[in-house]
Amino acid sequence: MADSSDHNIDLVHLARLARLSLDRDDQRATTSDLENIIDMIDSMQKIDTSDVAPMANPLDANQRLRADRVTEEVDRNQFQASAPSTQDGYYLVPRVIE
Amino acid sequence: MTKPFTTVHDLASGLAAGAYSSVELTKHFLERIAQDQNNAFVTLTTDSALASAAKQDRARRNGDAGWLAGVPMAHKDIFCTKDIRTTAGSRMLADFIAPYNATIVNRINTQGMVMLGKTNMDEFAMGSSNENSYFGPVTNPWGEALVPGGSSGGSAAAVAAGLTPAATGTDTGGSIRQPASLCGITGLKPTYGRVSRYGMIAFASSLDQAGPMTHDAIDAAILLAAMAGFDERDSTSADREDAWMADALQGKLSRPAGLKIGLPRQYFDHANESAAPLEGVRHCLEAQGHTCVDIDLPHTDAAIPAYYVIAGAEASTNLSRYDGVRFGHRSDESESLEDLYQRSRSEGFGAEVKRRILTGTYALSVGYYDAYYLKAQKIRRLIANDFTRAFTTVDVLLAPTTLGGAFAQGSLTKDPVAMYQQDKFTVPVSLAGLPALSMPCGFVANLPVGAQLIGPAFREDLILGLADAYQAETDWHQTHPEQIV
Repeated sequence: MADSSDHNIDLVHLARLARLSLDRDDQRATTSDLENIIDMIDSMQKIDTSDVAPMANPLDANQRLRADRVTEEVDRNQFQASAPSTQDGYYLVPRVIE
Repeated sequence: MTKPFTTVHDLASGLAAGAYSSVELTKHFLERIAQDQNNAFVTLTTDSALASAAKQDRARRNGDAGWLAGVPMAHKDIFCTKDIRTTAGSRMLADFIAPYNATIVNRINTQGMVMLGKTNMDEFAMGSSNENSYFGPVTNPWGEALVPGGSSGGSAAAVAAGLTPAATGTDTGGSIRQPASLCGITGLKPTYGRVSRYGMIAFASSLDQAGPMTHDAIDAAILLAAMAGFDERDSTSADREDAWMADALQGKLSRPAGLKIGLPRQYFDHANESAAPLEGVRHCLEAQGHTCVDIDLPHTDAAIPAYYVIAGAEASTNLSRYDGVRFGHRSDESESLEDLYQRSRSEGFGAEVKRRILTGTYALSVGYYDAYYLKAQKIRRLIANDFTRAFTTVDVLLAPTTLGGAFAQGSLTKDPVAMYQQDKFTVPVSLAGLPALSMPCGFVANLPVGAQLIGPAFREDLILGLADAYQAETDWHQTHPEQIV
């Protein structure tokens, strides 16, 4: 396995940012996998990219904008049909305010 | 009635000649799917398929059927289908029923084609072996302990096993071309922007592109033309008029003459098992009057690391929408809103999806953005520039699609980095947004491998025409697994 001591992966922090929770066995395996993946990714660093503009769209296309007008109506009942829990047109979640 | 491996264009002719009805054809394929040995389908849509086939038969009797009317096909389960569940191969969406159709689903419906069902795939299209599906792995019709490739492995296996004449797929880093290569079929990744992404469940939006998986180049052209076109609902949809597209829809391709074909050295330098079959393609194309020259794509090796940063970053952003609140899986035992998010996502996503989200989160986190995400985007430009430079001296590129034939199930699952290397020859094209197809070109250890033809942006006609000419002189694309009748 490659040396990955300099990555300092704080998996608990990363997982929290991504809103994921991992049990203890998963944590060990995932940390090792991530270290290997980041080692592989780090091979990018040896490529000289000075004076290269980053490319966000493969065809360098610009974001197309449409006229700001209403084109469709939202059918709330239809959209909420696939929601796990609703009531009176609202999405239900655990209590947020004590 | 008909052979299981009949092409879309032959089935269309058979329907027009009255050799069979669409209902008969549809039943034929549904019966074959019922015997499926490869777990290629997640959902069968028997009732709606038969109803749609009957409707197309009526239209044909009344003389108002288009030429593809009544030909069966299947959709990868990443395309939203109204009133039919769309899972993306994930527990997260195991019960998700979209309130609308993807644009390509509507377009294929408009042609009167009949959807048989939804095909299995790696979860959220993340994988190169189809071992990441919540609905179980897909196997390769060429050997049961072998992977079909991924992520469109269900579509590839279904076409290769004669369960459907054609299927749709999606390709983010090779997910159409690699399974097409490993299953011995033809698969086309169109130019980025050619086919609408609306209603296609997002993985990495600057890379995702839908395309056809078929028995031959003519069928790929037909399906491409059926799917393609400007869509105001996709902000990156290309607004183009390409005159050849109308002919392509009719299965008419012009075969280009006297092309200069570049063979990128970096794709042949490796201990690559596909090299011998590729030599055969080269000889065939040269005999047809084309010229082959070696060229360089110097940044090829940087593509895999750059891709896994960009795709991971975009995936971690796109998949943040799955929160257990509005749609998708929701954990039963959460104590707070925060807990609901974490539990729902942790239960709903599989291991590979979590790895990609975490990789993307790492690359986008404070202090790492410049070193990873921005760096990867700069490398993306260097890779795109490599291709631009190549196309100033050659018309198309010829390269292997994969490192070799299908590999054994389980052989790479413990080593994500080794699995990622499987995409080595497909990822650079994805980063550059170019069109590329894989076509069967021979066998390595009795397993099919594909040759990849890469064209300049929006020149699918060139690579499809070249593939059609190749397939007119070879029969690799008509070779099917022996045990399948």
